[in-house]
Amino acid sequence: MSTPTTAAEAADGERRTAVIATCVVGGAGAVAALVPFVSSFAPSERAKAAGAPVEVDLSSVAPGEMKTVEWRGKPVWILHRTPEMIDEVKNTAADRLADPNSERTAYPTPPYAKNTLRSIKPEYFIAVGICTHLGCSPVGPKAPNTDPALGPDAGFLCPCHGSTFDLAGRVFKNKPAPDNLEVPPHKYLSDAVVLIGDDSKA
Amino acid sequence: MALHKSEYKGLLGWIDSRMPTLMSEYKKHMSEYYAPKNFNFWYFFGSFALVVLVIQIVTGIFLVMHYKPDARYAFESVEYIMREVPGGWFIRYMHSTGASFFFIVVYLHMFRGLLYGSYRKPRELVWIFGCLIFLCLMGEAFFGYLLPWGQMSYWGAQVIVNLFSAIPLIGPDLSVWIRGDYVVSDATLNRFFAFHVIAIPLVLLGLVVAHILALHDVGSNNPDGIEIKDRKGLDGKPLDGIPFHPYYTVHDIFGLAIFLMVFFAVVFLAPEMGGYFLEWNNFIPADPLVTPPHIAPVWYFTPFYSILRATTSDFMWVLAAGTAAYAALIYFALPRGRWRYATLAATLVVLVLMLPKSPLALDPKFWGVVLMGVSVLIFFALPWIDQSPVKSMRYRPGWHFWLLIGFVVDFLVLGYLGTQPPAPTLTYIAQLGTLLYFAFFFLMPWWSRAGECKPVPERVTFAAH
Repeated sequence: MSTPTTAAEAADGERRTAVIATCVVGGAGAVAALVPFVSSFAPSERAKAAGAPVEVDLSSVAPGEMKTVEWRGKPVWILHRTPEMIDEVKNTAADRLADPNSERTAYPTPPYAKNTLRSIKPEYFIAVGICTHLGCSPVGPKAPNTDPALGPDAGFLCPCHGSTFDLAGRVFKNKPAPDNLEVPPHKYLSDAVVLIGDDSKA
Repeated sequence: MALHKSEYKGLLGWIDSRMPTLMSEYKKHMSEYYAPKNFNFWYFFGSFALVVLVIQIVTGIFLVMHYKPDARYAFESVEYIMREVPGGWFIRYMHSTGASFFFIVVYLHMFRGLLYGSYRKPRELVWIFGCLIFLCLMGEAFFGYLLPWGQMSYWGAQVIVNLFSAIPLIGPDLSVWIRGDYVVSDATLNRFFAFHVIAIPLVLLGLVVAHILALHDVGSNNPDGIEIKDRKGLDGKPLDGIPFHPYYTVHDIFGLAIFLMVFFAVVFLAPEMGGYFLEWNNFIPADPLVTPPHIAPVWYFTPFYSILRATTSDFMWVLAAGTAAYAALIYFALPRGRWRYATLAATLVVLVLMLPKSPLALDPKFWGVVLMGVSVLIFFALPWIDQSPVKSMRYRPGWHFWLLIGFVVDFLVLGYLGTQPPAPTLTYIAQLGTLLYFAFFFLMPWWSRAGECKPVPERVTFAAH
């Protein structure tokens, strides 16, 4: 900016400074006014509160069958695996899976389920039935050679984009889904009752 | 203050002397808007789009009078409209058929633009407003599709909102923020309703006005791609132009009559259109615990959806190779100097983020979303990537036209694949289709310059009839 030579130019410069200052303050105010509107999009207190743990009686799930319960609005599967199903998981070659040891951290697997079968008890597989790709609920469990997408494997197929998972919810390689199915926090209250949504000790 | 001296008499004169804008705008946009006299079949679709917009707004207003945007009652209230509201089925079928027809008409309208180079200078802004209208339309269709609260509504919204969760770092929180809950729920339905019935329509109307104003400032293109304003008569009017009203209004009303016959044939005889306009699964109420065995978006989104699905981790190698080859092409097209280095640096960063073996690789899921986004947004770039010396395909090399037809076929094949359940062979075809789709646009600066153009006539091709 050139130095003002006349009183009029000096006054003009002063007015411009005042206009800029006013615009900055006004702009800050306008941005601040956005806050309530932006925050109104976040989950409400009621939505946050609705997330109580769910108790499931396992005696109602026969071997080979799967039960779906709702937890935080999502389907949670309880699959009672037969010995053949367990062998099926153990025999799946690790190099065909994207994350065989559940090491990725997008949906961290709880430490007590960080094993090949991804469960506390080998026979009960508990997972959130939501595909880690774009959130559809996979279908299954399917027996080997019953579905073209799964081929010789047993497991789950996501109908939306064709991701496939084995019977421990581990995603097969080269599929749209990057992560294994999420294992929710859970703990056994007794041999036949599991609590989904809470894994605190005490 | 003295009144404006009007050329009109009676009531019109009384109004005109108080509000001269009315008649001067009427002249500017209707009775003295000179449109090229050689418009053909392809020039109907802009008017049709305007009529479909009116149908959607009017039927929409009447649907809102009976619909309930509440997860408990939404599905039921749509059935109530269909079965118990007198004439409700008719209004709803007009609205649902209108949605599909809107896209048919807009896709044909856009094809016209590609055919005759309507986006070329000086019509870049007309095209940009048009692309923004297309984006709004996609948003409007997506938000509206959740409202019936059927299985496809629910799981379609689930998938699309989850697209945002693919964005690194902020993604998961962003998708919760969009839904207003941890899953698609009543909160999501309510806000989508607000977007569908008020927010987007307001923006859409503003853009339509901007699209038409921008068009009327530069004047319409025509099948010959000639500027009619370059040849004016002694009266200052373009020699190859005729006033829009009454000539094209009458002409468009004739086309509209035929269009409406087709439209109402669908409304009355095939409103579901074999599951393409209204998907079967959407006749089942939303169930958050079960995804239907086969889900696909409505037909107008399937080409882009195919591109999303085609992006698997193996395909990332092909995409990375394509990116590297394209970067080399740009590198050698640029003069020596800093732009070359910038290209090199940008390519390295992108490749590090793309290659599956790299430690910084982003998920193919993220890249799928990026490719899908680019496949829509690339249309904005057309005025600049098309470097042909001639606008209209009529005077461009014959193979340019066949390349365009090839692109249309590719778009249709991708669209078909998007409606099909996933299978390995179909994925390969979709991946090939994705490569061709991007090659058409990304190589356009080169291919559009190649070949011998035919001489462009000075006056439009027109025989009086």
